[in-house]
Amino acid sequence: MTEQSASGAGAVLVVGGGISGLTAALEAAEVGKDVFLIEKNPYLGGRVAQLNQYFPKLCPPSCGLEINFKRVQNNRKIRMYTMTQVKSVSGSKGSYEVTCETLPRYVNNNCTGCGACVEACSDERVDDFNFGLGKTKAVYRPHEMSFPMKYVLDKNACSRDTLQKIKDSCKYDAIDTEMEAKTFTLNVASVIWATGWNPYDPTKMTNLKYGQSNAIITNMQMERLAAPNGPTNGQILRPGDNVEPKSFGFVQCAGSRDENHLEFCSYICCMATMKQITYIRERYPEAPIYVFYIDLRTPGKYEKFREKLMADKNTHFIKGKVADIIPEADGVTLVAENAVTGDKVQQKVDLCILATGMEPAIKAQASGLGLEVDSNGFVVSNADKGMISAGCAKKAADVVTSAQSATAAALKAIQAAK
Amino acid sequence: MDKKYGAYICTGCGIGEALDVEALISAASGSGMKPKTHEALCGAAGRKLIEDDIANDGVNVVVVCACSPRVMQDAFNFGDDKITIRGNIREQAAWCKEQPSDKKDEDTIKEYYTELAQDYVRMACVQAKKTDMPEPFKLETMTKKILVMGGGIAGLTAAKEAAKAGYEVTIVEKSGVLGGKALGWTKQFPSKAPYANLEEPTIGALVAEVESDAKISVKKSTEVARIGGAPGNFSVTFKTPGTKTEWDAPAKVGVDDQDRIAKGQMEDPNAGMQNYMAQNPDAEKYGAVILATGWVPADVSGYEHLGYGTSDKVVTNAEFEKMVKDGKIGGIKSVAFVQSPGGEEHDMDFPYCNSVTSMVALKQAKYVRDANSDAKAYILYQHMRTPGNAEMFYKGIQQDDGIFLTKASVTKVEASDSGCVVHAKDTLLGEDLDLDVDLVVLAAGMEPTTKYENSINLAYRQGPAFLDLDLFDGYSDSHFICFPYETRRTGIYTCGGVRKAMTMEETVDDATGAALKAIQAMECADRGVAVHPRSGDQTYPEFFFQRCTQCKRCTEECPFGALDDDEKGTPQPNPTRCRRCGTCMGACPERIIGFKNYNIDMIGSMIKAIEVPDDDEDKLRILALVCENDAYPALDMAAMRKHPLNSLIRFIPVRCLGSVNMAWVKDALSAGMDGAILLGCKYGDDYQCHFVKGSEIADKRMANIGETLSSLGLEKERCAMEQIAITDYDKVPQILEDFVQSIIDLGPSPFKGF
Repeated sequence: MTEQSASGAGAVLVVGGGISGLTAALEAAEVGKDVFLIEKNPYLGGRVAQLNQYFPKLCPPSCGLEINFKRVQNNRKIRMYTMTQVKSVSGSKGSYEVTCETLPRYVNNNCTGCGACVEACSDERVDDFNFGLGKTKAVYRPHEMSFPMKYVLDKNACSRDTLQKIKDSCKYDAIDTEMEAKTFTLNVASVIWATGWNPYDPTKMTNLKYGQSNAIITNMQMERLAAPNGPTNGQILRPGDNVEPKSFGFVQCAGSRDENHLEFCSYICCMATMKQITYIRERYPEAPIYVFYIDLRTPGKYEKFREKLMADKNTHFIKGKVADIIPEADGVTLVAENAVTGDKVQQKVDLCILATGMEPAIKAQASGLGLEVDSNGFVVSNADKGMISAGCAKKAADVVTSAQSATAAALKAIQAAK
Repeated sequence: MDKKYGAYICTGCGIGEALDVEALISAASGSGMKPKTHEALCGAAGRKLIEDDIANDGVNVVVVCACSPRVMQDAFNFGDDKITIRGNIREQAAWCKEQPSDKKDEDTIKEYYTELAQDYVRMACVQAKKTDMPEPFKLETMTKKILVMGGGIAGLTAAKEAAKAGYEVTIVEKSGVLGGKALGWTKQFPSKAPYANLEEPTIGALVAEVESDAKISVKKSTEVARIGGAPGNFSVTFKTPGTKTEWDAPAKVGVDDQDRIAKGQMEDPNAGMQNYMAQNPDAEKYGAVILATGWVPADVSGYEHLGYGTSDKVVTNAEFEKMVKDGKIGGIKSVAFVQSPGGEEHDMDFPYCNSVTSMVALKQAKYVRDANSDAKAYILYQHMRTPGNAEMFYKGIQQDDGIFLTKASVTKVEASDSGCVVHAKDTLLGEDLDLDVDLVVLAAGMEPTTKYENSINLAYRQGPAFLDLDLFDGYSDSHFICFPYETRRTGIYTCGGVRKAMTMEETVDDATGAALKAIQAMECADRGVAVHPRSGDQTYPEFFFQRCTQCKRCTEECPFGALDDDEKGTPQPNPTRCRRCGTCMGACPERIIGFKNYNIDMIGSMIKAIEVPDDDEDKLRILALVCENDAYPALDMAAMRKHPLNSLIRFIPVRCLGSVNMAWVKDALSAGMDGAILLGCKYGDDYQCHFVKGSEIADKRMANIGETLSSLGLEKERCAMEQIAITDYDKVPQILEDFVQSIIDLGPSPFKGF
């Protein structure tokens, strides 16, 4: 990968290599524009790479990602940098100077992807790709379909002895433990911020007791449990004791639509839950499922999807926000008030899933980068300045809407580069 | 191009240990190539070995037998004037070996997988010989001007944004004014933080901006009669709305229909019209088209219990908006907004609502309150749909104590002396409701114009409208989640109400994206390359017309309507409409369609390159033709996850199963191979095929070939098709194992050795 490339006149910088950033970068490059694409993770694909399936088609995200990666590889107009973040931005529309920093992967381009280093490595690290549901070796690929297909070394997780063993195991001299962070500057005409979202921190809702029981997981963790390349190879088991849950509870709006947490609606969680009900049904055809909700936001063509699921006699929908979760010896009890009947509901379940919402990932750094954000931390798109936001950096959205927004952002960036 | 070959075998990543490298080298001898080996071809030294041969010996076709073609593309890219062919001996030979067992010891396994890899080396060498350098297709005349159909928010925005990027645009609008539905709105939804207040309409400013833009021309009171041609060179005939002309878009007349018309059994629906291939000398040229003809309010008279049509106190949201605009709500003291028609039956919104009508009800409740501070608004919903930032507007509305919001199952609306009574159950008030109101507003949906009209009026062999409209409730959508703009008509993109019920904010984004796609389609046509999903591909199907029998299969089966035909039925290709899937090539019984780097002869020769032992009952040979987008990566992934892949199978990636010509399967079986399997994407309503129809078509063709086989005395079970998702890596080895076992049970092919 080239260290410094500043040709830049009229080039577009896309920050973030998730589905929005990838889409924006590809759409601009396929018009014929020069594009730089930077991604903070060691792989492209972002959040959607962590999803088992998309709603409502229940198709795997890696199918579309594979096409997008192929498009990236076939397009000489895109230059891609992983493990890279923006440090500072100066200049104005048409001539921005953006300083970026690439963190060391400790694995250089000699890496063939053979995996001998993994065999040699005995130290482990927490698997952040799987939201802590398991461990990986200290030298790892974030997931099997990760692109680019290069290993990453978590040097801090290794003993000196292990480091040496890893080094010795590589026939291609690809392990470089002395690698340092690199800073470089890009000259571009406009920037697309496609920095995406983080799951809202569930420990902030103290009443929901996340972290206090192994029977409480988040919806993103559920995606990993259901994924064939996840920590359980696609079995939905309760973390910790690997028990097959006999009952499930979904806690909707865990943080969203709540002025103490996220005042907006996170857009995707209702449909995500509907989709996850299908994951459960595939594996546990009879298990009772309880969904506690305020409104079921499954509009338009999603209504049909919901209708099918609501016909299931073992799936119960209760209009009422969960007020409390009580950890039990085996599972948890969900406490809520049924808004229609006024009854107080206490429902014991073996596994409960918090439908946590999305928080804009760039929220904390935005002002330092000169970006205008709204009260919730979403980046306000400013085409006049050539600072354009896309996807979930701009607003909470599903994948389709993010792709649309990213395609639109590509045009705004091209206009700014004229 | 004078081809000079260089072949290379990588022995790294365990290949050298797992396989007999000398045997691999000798496998290339039939092609006259003598591969060089290296322990890491992708590394600097390995690449230098190749680069030196390029520099010193003039090698321009590089055969790399190493890892999967899915990886290391950069490392093996030696420039646009070189051809690189990849043989996958890492993932699909060295890495997918089975474990030693009682049946097979280590040496036997090595022998089997070496034979497998030898076939891959042979195939790669043959492929190199049969691959030619692509030459991009260039249109004789190229127009980079965009036609936008529809002058509402979507169309105006698309035009404005395309013009801002430097492109010329024409807007064609049926009515006498620009602005569309938005002209009737009193206020707009909030568009920026804190999302608290309704905003003044911006449509006037948008219309003025478009009308003063020198790059945009506007044709009012005009509609499109027909669109012929292809991206970069569309030929558009306009007409006065509502008139019939000889240049109207002809209805689709299929092969069977043509017969019946000829025999006088059917009336020609296109009588009096110009043939769809006819060129109108007065037509205007465009490079791409954006369809933004919007939506129409849904008819709600079918919901008898809601009283629409029987009481004039029951109106739709669209009618209420007009009452407000006309200043006719001054005397109204109470309004009930009914969001869901299902009563106690179901809790869905009216069809075609999406989340827009929830927002509309909130906005209109505000109108009621603003017109009269004593007035009350009741919003009766099953699920309030205010996704994203709209939630903050909803929350603000809840603070207004003159607006009552409750979940409710509205069971009946009855006329009363002063207005209406609304009966509702399951409310949040703990009791049933009987609301006396002056007016009831029903949250009617927004139906796409594509539900009722052809809209795009194409003069194409496959007919004037978008396909699969029924599958998507009348919306023009190919419904790819990842690629929402793709339609099955290249160079024609849609936005706004024809795609889904959307708010103005969503429409602006959508229209801007559609403008980008239109520009991209023109630029790609200009460069002579494909658009999504084979973006940048310079090849295109070429036809050897002397042998065409006018069977029309290619014309009918192309998922993208790229082929027209002449009076005799000879296909007339439109390369800029083509998406390069090769479905035409797969369809052609005469085998006269092919690409420079992907054709019948090439894959056929690769199959012939597979050595079929004719005297060893243990060494059966099975051909697998595999979708390169999904099933092939799943195989690679299976190998990475250390699942063995059966060594009797030879995998060949194909662009799409639609491109699989049954001649390949027949040839393989007549050459003594024992079975053939196709691995492609899921099809049906939730299809995953990137070319929409490929795997479905292949399944049909494969079923037909089964019949042919039985007539030859071969069991039809020797041919199969399986739907494989890219994530089926843990399942696909067993699926293949089962197929191999079924072939073993059938025994070796009786054609072996002939």
